[in-house]
Amino acid sequence: MARGPIKEKKPGESGKEDAIEVMATVIEPLPNAMFRVELENKHQVLAHISGKMRKNFIRILPGDRVAVELSPYDLTRGRIVYRYK
Amino acid sequence: MVICKSPAELEKMHRAGLIVWGALEKMRTMVKPGISTKDLDEFAEAYTEEHHARPAFKGYRGYPGSVCTSINQEVVHGIPSASRKLKEGDILSMDFGVELAGYFGDAALTVPVGKISPEREKLLRVTRESLERAIENVRAGNRLGDVSAAVQAWVEQNGFSIVREFVGHGIGTRMHEEPQIPNYGTPGQGPRLQEGMVLAIEPMVNRGGAGVRILADDWTAVTTDGSDSAHFEHTVAVTANGPWILTRPRDAAGPVW
Repeated sequence: MARGPIKEKKPGESGKEDAIEVMATVIEPLPNAMFRVELENKHQVLAHISGKMRKNFIRILPGDRVAVELSPYDLTRGRIVYRYK
Repeated sequence: MVICKSPAELEKMHRAGLIVWGALEKMRTMVKPGISTKDLDEFAEAYTEEHHARPAFKGYRGYPGSVCTSINQEVVHGIPSASRKLKEGDILSMDFGVELAGYFGDAALTVPVGKISPEREKLLRVTRESLERAIENVRAGNRLGDVSAAVQAWVEQNGFSIVREFVGHGIGTRMHEEPQIPNYGTPGQGPRLQEGMVLAIEPMVNRGGAGVRILADDWTAVTTDGSDSAHFEHTVAVTANGPWILTRPRDAAGPVW
């Protein structure tokens, strides 16, 4: 008996959809893979590197432009999910 | 987590597999115009009971039959019924599974009813061959994606399409175990195959588009464009010497079905 029907996973979607994704620049590195980043509206935010980036050994340095996911529950914290070239 | 079975457990699964094979081989000879899908279902149940096993599908998630009988544009999970009679030219896929001493076997094949058109013959042949190619790739050290991609490549080369909504599966002390085994994929991806893994590989191939929908009976899957669909399946174990088809006698030769 075949297993199914299953719904295909679309790549690029996360399970939770509340996050607000913004572009930012990395200001300074902090301990424990945390970074201070500056958003386009000049606000500074504490962000940590996402597990996917850790897993793939992606380095982040000050000056990098990155995508940050902000939680709607605390806009001063975020998760770095992408580093632009 | 994919469960690896010991050689003793594989032997038990092989015993279950032989019952599935025996029933399906006999049902294959019974298929002719005029009989109903219920006739095949009843035979399979009786055969299984005689062999002191239990038909695995009956009652599984509420499925009402022991066999899945799918005709022409039905892809999988067709429910056997006395009012559904086979006609000359039809293609019928029969999917059967049993449980014996706590272990499961699951296999399927698609057969012609009487004389069928050359297009239907091609569909059957290509689907069976895609299963053979998949089995070729079932070796320790290969990846699951190698198996899935083998099916996809052969099927699509021949102009047919792969059903996405249904997948093969690991099998052992439960009918459906990890991993899911899609019939499409990328070589080199997916879990590494290890000795003792047992996979129920089941290509489902449509003559037209890949789309599938479920009928109001909540089980029967049909192609959205009404084109024919074929299905072949074997339960295959990964061994040090390559694939071992548990749903077939060890000394069997020739095409897998």
